[in-house]
Amino acid sequence: MDKRVVGKIRRVVGPVVEVGEVRDAQMAEVVEVGPDHLIGEIVRLQADLATTQVYEDTTGLRPGQEVWGTGMPLSVELGPGLLGTIFDGVQRRLEVIRQQSNQYIRKGVRVAPLDHEKKWLFRPTVRPGDRLGPGEMIGVVRETEVIEHRVMLPPDIVGIVDSVVPEGEYTIEEPVAVLSAEGKTVEVRLSHRWPVRKQRPSAEKLGLSLPLVTGLRVVDMLFPLAKGGAVAVPGGFGTGKTLIQHSLAKWCDADVIIFIGCGERGNEITDMLIEFPKLIDPRSGKSMMQRSIVIANTSNMPVAAREASIYTGITMAEYYRDMGYHVAVMADSTSRWAEALRELSGRMEEMPADEGFPAYLPSRLAEFYERAGMVRTRTGKIGSVTTIGSVSPPGGDFSEPVTQHTKRFVRSFWALDRQLANARHYPAISWLESYSEYTREVAAWWQQNVAEDWLSLRNEVMELLQKEARLQHVVKLVGPDVLPDSQKLILESCTLLKNAFLQQSAFDPVDMYSVVQKQVKMLRIILTFYRKGLENIKRGATLVRLRRMKVYSEIVRMKSDVPNDQPDLLDALERRLSRALDQMGAVYEQSPEAT
Amino acid sequence: MSNRATPQVLEGREYIGLSEIVGPLIVLEGVRGAGYNEVVEIRQPDGGVRHGLILETSREATVVQVFEGTSGLSLPDTRVRFKGKPLEIALSRELLGRVFNGSGQPLDNLPYPVSDEWRDVNGLPINPTARDYPRKFIQTGLSAIDGMNTLIRGQKLPIFSGSGLPHNQIAAQIARQARIVGEDVPFAVVFAAMGIKYDTARFFIDSFEESGALENVVLFLNLADDPTIERLLTPRTALTVAEFLAFDQEMHVLVILTDMSNYCEALREVSTSRSEIPSRKGYPGYLYSDLASTYERAGMLLGFRGSITQMPILTMANDDITHPIPDLTGYITEGQIVLERELHQKGVYPPIAGLPSLSRLMKDGIGEGLTRQDHAHLASQLFAAYAHVKEVRALASVIGEEELTPLDHAYLEFGEGFEHRFLAQGDHEDRSLEQTLDLGWEVLSTLPEEELTRVTEEELEKHYKGK
Ligand SMILES: Nc1ncnc2c1ncn2[C@@H]1O[C@H](COP(=O)(O)OP(=O)(O)OP(=O)(O)O)[C@@H](O)[C@H]1O
Ligand SMILES: [Mg+2]
Repeated sequence: MDKRVVGKIRRVVGPVVEVGEVRDAQMAEVVEVGPDHLIGEIVRLQADLATTQVYEDTTGLRPGQEVWGTGMPLSVELGPGLLGTIFDGVQRRLEVIRQQSNQYIRKGVRVAPLDHEKKWLFRPTVRPGDRLGPGEMIGVVRETEVIEHRVMLPPDIVGIVDSVVPEGEYTIEEPVAVLSAEGKTVEVRLSHRWPVRKQRPSAEKLGLSLPLVTGLRVVDMLFPLAKGGAVAVPGGFGTGKTLIQHSLAKWCDADVIIFIGCGERGNEITDMLIEFPKLIDPRSGKSMMQRSIVIANTSNMPVAAREASIYTGITMAEYYRDMGYHVAVMADSTSRWAEALRELSGRMEEMPADEGFPAYLPSRLAEFYERAGMVRTRTGKIGSVTTIGSVSPPGGDFSEPVTQHTKRFVRSFWALDRQLANARHYPAISWLESYSEYTREVAAWWQQNVAEDWLSLRNEVMELLQKEARLQHVVKLVGPDVLPDSQKLILESCTLLKNAFLQQSAFDPVDMYSVVQKQVKMLRIILTFYRKGLENIKRGATLVRLRRMKVYSEIVRMKSDVPNDQPDLLDALERRLSRALDQMGAVYEQSPEAT
Repeated sequence: MSNRATPQVLEGREYIGLSEIVGPLIVLEGVRGAGYNEVVEIRQPDGGVRHGLILETSREATVVQVFEGTSGLSLPDTRVRFKGKPLEIALSRELLGRVFNGSGQPLDNLPYPVSDEWRDVNGLPINPTARDYPRKFIQTGLSAIDGMNTLIRGQKLPIFSGSGLPHNQIAAQIARQARIVGEDVPFAVVFAAMGIKYDTARFFIDSFEESGALENVVLFLNLADDPTIERLLTPRTALTVAEFLAFDQEMHVLVILTDMSNYCEALREVSTSRSEIPSRKGYPGYLYSDLASTYERAGMLLGFRGSITQMPILTMANDDITHPIPDLTGYITEGQIVLERELHQKGVYPPIAGLPSLSRLMKDGIGEGLTRQDHAHLASQLFAAYAHVKEVRALASVIGEEELTPLDHAYLEFGEGFEHRFLAQGDHEDRSLEQTLDLGWEVLSTLPEEELTRVTEEELEKHYKGK
């Protein structure tokens, strides 16, 4: 649609610009504001007054300047070229901006969302005469070495193929097929646009049953995430939210990763951009960047674009889901997004609810997390969007509105604990406060594919940890001496569990992720220590002797000593441990009074 | 093109009379086309000139925040001139060695250096793809920092302090001693004072003078009795100069911003005068974004030689780290150095808290070839052991020290050694990294070997002295 003048600036307060003398503008329409044509979006329309939020710095805008309508809602361009690219919150390629305006992001820069010149090798999979439904595939493009881009009809188009180009190289602008639909002809290209605030439709939403394997032991074994699920990671500053998200982005078993740096640090994005291309995905053997998209709207970039960044990211995720991929979306941090909402709402002088947040905060959060899920696509494939949102509660206090509302819409909650983080116990996921409602749903997968006893191992560990918490309480009041050795063993085993299993360094080349077999075997070893240790103690052995066993230090170091491709080394360790404990037990069996 | 159709810029036009004065704000009516976030000059009948920034512009009213405050302004006689551009500062290398007030006017009776390099003090957001990831270890000579919370060139690392704690001595010591081992590069300090006492400013100036660094320092002083709203400008002006020195003049710049608490209070004052909906403790909801626009102006850029390392200082009201100012700062900066009253009372200088302090860029700046191979494990072990000391102390206070096990006693002994030998040092004592790490091993050696689970067998073999 052509651009047309829709009104004139009336008032400017920060990122909110009121437009007066408005004629023929639409709600949610994207507008261009002032002489630099800054991008904005209409968020309120009343008679001849439109309120817009502007995605760029509004310095220098003045009343009386013109505003143009574009006739389109805020949309992203979806097509090959998304992967491996870094965008800002409104899908501008930051690397291209850099070529244009050097180290700084100046306002008014215009960059096509995707490369319109690049030619992609397209192989059609339909023929003239084929009848296609919405979202059906017309061909494929090898987007990166690891991801085949399945070119789909936009979800709102149906028709019969009139013509299709032969296999060859095409840009995303060239028509590759023509369809006739309801008497009209429609050209189909390698890309299409989709409004970011609207969920992409799918044939059917499915129940969840597959775990998203993350390689983080505390997550996979204690608080698992399901593909298509949603989890919140709340924690005060420096408790490890970003590192957990980075770790998942690197090692989880999703096909496509979308990382949204929403109102956070510039250097964290730089860190990813330097590290990801160098990291090799253990499953594909290719660089991690080939399966990743980064959306970076850092804290010093315009606040309205921060609000949009979440939608930009989740829409891209749905697009790859529709191709039949498992996508994981990391949003760091959803609190900064909520604060952007609050800031814009405040500037618009809306009535505030809790702590200045607008009353629609919960419904916006719900809309975002609802876009996670496992679906059957229009072409019968299975795809999913898993959402991992970090939450940054003020003062680390989880009773604040964003954490509380988020809790209503996610089924897994990894609460980060300040005390653990201060003691450098990372990941600082609290085993007492966290939960995952996906545990039951993914148990079958673990039992079939990894270990029969997965659920019972998990439950046993959780029980041990809970017992320990109660005992610690007693110890704090009266000291450990009053406890019998059998209970001291619980404390001892939990210390071992924490040091040797729950703690996982993101910087250790071996320990930074663990394959599933390694996780299960490690846990078994620790439980063997506890179970057999308990028998021995009942027979009269002492805790000190248990700790002095030579294998003890091997257990403590197994996480970084046993490489991921040799989990069987742990079987040998378990045998050595069993033997040592049996021998110790045998001594006491013969002479129960011996010391 | 179409922008020709926009109304004429008001540049140079003067309006007489205000319609309202509220706190630090003035409101003008009937101005058409004032540009958002642009500067105005405010003249009083007596000839004095003040400066202001447009916070809101509409057909009906223009709201201006006045940096020098509004006291003494009158509604009918005040004249306002619109400059038609954002606030700018002229830059030159000649700024080095000079002293300015919080908005960049010379305080040292010398003329402002000549320059036609004008830049907007608000800066522009750095493109994340243009950043270079900071990795170079800065040796500060303080064990608590070098050993456990390593400062990296280009990092933003604040000091969270409390009233009466020696944050100034620490910042001055860092500014004096900071260097990259084996490198001799142009180094500058930009010092921005917001609402601090004259004595404190004097202390810093003396300290720079003592180390002979004064000609490489630019000072911006907004003191306790200077206009409060000017404080909103001070860090922006200072960082614009720092960016020029770093990225145009290829210098490594350390920016000290003190005290950010006073800056935040000025922001709150403006927000309250505008009757904005507050978030926590009366601070505006945009405090996070506002602080980020300051703190994010640190770092390194690809293809540029210089760097900006930021060390903001803030005092926590009632030593409360969950107060919005330290809280939001911690959410933006790359770690924090937290000062602890208890250590201070025990006579430990620098009283840098063992557990809540953190340097997030440490991980990539230490280790083999950068500092020393055992650095990361040693630091992690010191943290873990000290965390346990805290538990044992808590237990001892309940059941009495006599009831503790020998192992617990070993931890208590380690705690003493850690605080009084490792952390504590003189305010002119400049330890090398080797000294710091060796000292770390020395205090750890009071613990039995099997307690040290975060270091490797080889490291124990090489450094552990407790056998
Ligand atoms: N798994 C881990 N292994 C080792 N160190 C870790 C781990 N997780 C966190 N850390 C340490 O904690 C620091 C802070 O982590 P991170 O940046 O993820 O915190 P955050 O919760 O995202 O904080 P903020 O809310 O301020 O962004 C890291 O720089 C690192 O030093
Ligand atoms: Mg973070």
